[in-house]
Amino acid sequence: MQKITFDNVTPKVFQGQGNLNSEIWQTEAVFEKGRLYLVEAESGKGKSTFCSYILGYRNDYSGNILFDNENTLHYKANKWAEIRSRHVSHLFQELRLFPELTAMENVMIKNQLTSHLDEKTVLSWFERLGIPEKVNQKIGKMSFGQQQRVAMMRALAQPFDILLADEPISHLDDRNSKIMAEIMMEEANKQNACVIVTSIGKHMDMAYDKVFKL
Amino acid sequence: MRLLWKLLRQHISISQFSGFLFANLFGMIIVLAGYQFYNDVLPVFTSGDSFMKANYLMVTKRIGTGNTLSGRISTFSGKEMAELQNQSFVNKLGGFTSTNYKTNARMGINGQQILNTEMYFESVPDEFVDIDKTVWHYEEGSEIIPIIMPRTYINMYNFGFAHSHSLPQISEGLMGMIDLYILARGNGNEQEFHGKVVAFSSSINSILVPQAFMDWSNNKFAPDDSTQPTRLLMEVTNPADEKVTTYLDKQGYEIESDKLEAEKTTYFLRLIVSIVMCIGIIISVLSFYILMLSIYLLVQKNTKKLQNLLLIGYRTNRVALPYQLLTAGLNLAVLLIAIITVFLLRNYYISIIQALYPEAGNGTMLHTILLGSALFVIVTCLNACIIRNKISKL
Repeated sequence: MQKITFDNVTPKVFQGQGNLNSEIWQTEAVFEKGRLYLVEAESGKGKSTFCSYILGYRNDYSGNILFDNENTLHYKANKWAEIRSRHVSHLFQELRLFPELTAMENVMIKNQLTSHLDEKTVLSWFERLGIPEKVNQKIGKMSFGQQQRVAMMRALAQPFDILLADEPISHLDDRNSKIMAEIMMEEANKQNACVIVTSIGKHMDMAYDKVFKL
Repeated sequence: MRLLWKLLRQHISISQFSGFLFANLFGMIIVLAGYQFYNDVLPVFTSGDSFMKANYLMVTKRIGTGNTLSGRISTFSGKEMAELQNQSFVNKLGGFTSTNYKTNARMGINGQQILNTEMYFESVPDEFVDIDKTVWHYEEGSEIIPIIMPRTYINMYNFGFAHSHSLPQISEGLMGMIDLYILARGNGNEQEFHGKVVAFSSSINSILVPQAFMDWSNNKFAPDDSTQPTRLLMEVTNPADEKVTTYLDKQGYEIESDKLEAEKTTYFLRLIVSIVMCIGIIISVLSFYILMLSIYLLVQKNTKKLQNLLLIGYRTNRVALPYQLLTAGLNLAVLLIAIITVFLLRNYYISIIQALYPEAGNGTMLHTILLGSALFVIVTCLNACIIRNKISKL
């Protein structure tokens, strides 16, 4: 996949509210492979909605969302499964980890689907992110900041054209958010992927190609 | 798969699945046991004689009060037989010949004497007896006579005699154990013969001997008597042909048959087994419902996990697989336990049926296993589709 185009998209909840003054809604917004974007939004402007449209688990909008030139409204469940495991990776704001599994198992449950990483690489990331002792710890017993790092490793355990990171560092200190940004960009650059980071305030300090106001 | 199962097994209720397992097992056992029992018992009512073709009919004259009073004879004259022979539907016709002299028979089983009575024998032309001619053969003067014995004699022995005397019951395979000594007297002669049982008959209720023996012995012990047959054996092209019954009715003949009785019994057997199997199926359907409710509840409780798996790229099929395998495993366990139970049950009842009908044990459980497997496949596929459907709607 080379690009995602938001073509005059308006979430149904915002319909009838007139001009939304958004650089994504009610206009044309294009996200291209190989570039880094920041989507800034105030609370309630539809940031999570934006992510859910790209990942295909909501389609309550008017207008068109195009992957290259294909309208995603026509995608069936299996196509979305392929998109989610091969083309678009999402670091969820609410993380969506499995508390019954350990940190490693949470990464591996995705990796066994894609066979993208080897265990050594994952262990080295645990090391770099400062949580090597948490590898075999159940997710339910880790802090939100630690869970955020595990969720990012899981997001990277697949090939992708687009990496969508929804408030990835909301609970991280500057040092850890810097390391996380490094790992994320290493992986994205390897695959010449598009990275879209969303933020409601605190965001990763990186050289964004474009900043969108939602 | 291991991680997936570790996740999705959360909230599995052992009690709900045990409930399903027992209910379904109960239903499955009833269905399979009913079917197996039906297959095992059916031959008791429907089997014919191995040595006689199915399209043989036994014809007698109708006996009514009129005949008795008027003294109308019930034997077939040569003319009547010739007329019947000329009918288009008759392929072959032969008369029963009976002994015209006195005979006394002693029957023993395995050395134990059980019967001593006056008796008479009959014979039919050899071409009607489908037994190897080297066995169904008599040489003049020989003391050994091959005989075909009515099956009722064996039943009489097995149920009446063997039980009360604590003797072993015998099956048809052990017919060599039967000793039959026949003393023939007449025309100033007396001779003892040894009967060798070569077959049993359900349709002919007298002891049959080869035609050659009959002709020779009648000639020897009662040379002056000659009687006409009272029963005829005829081979027809199609026993169900209306022409056969129309003609016989017109002539006042009737067909001796126990087939009608057997059909009635078979009908009731079928009815009872159908009712029992229906009850089994209803129990199975209800248990299927329990299983589906349990799975629905499980999916409901694990909705968030399932949704998350789908969001990280798992296909519906893959996510549904653990639950599909779970139901398939349960169904398979039910099938195997049911087959083993039916096997044990069959071992128990087959000995009772075998006493009545020794060949009953010859059947196999193959059809029951096939039926069980077919039900397993259908139910498992249905389970799989419903589970997949439920998960795809999350």
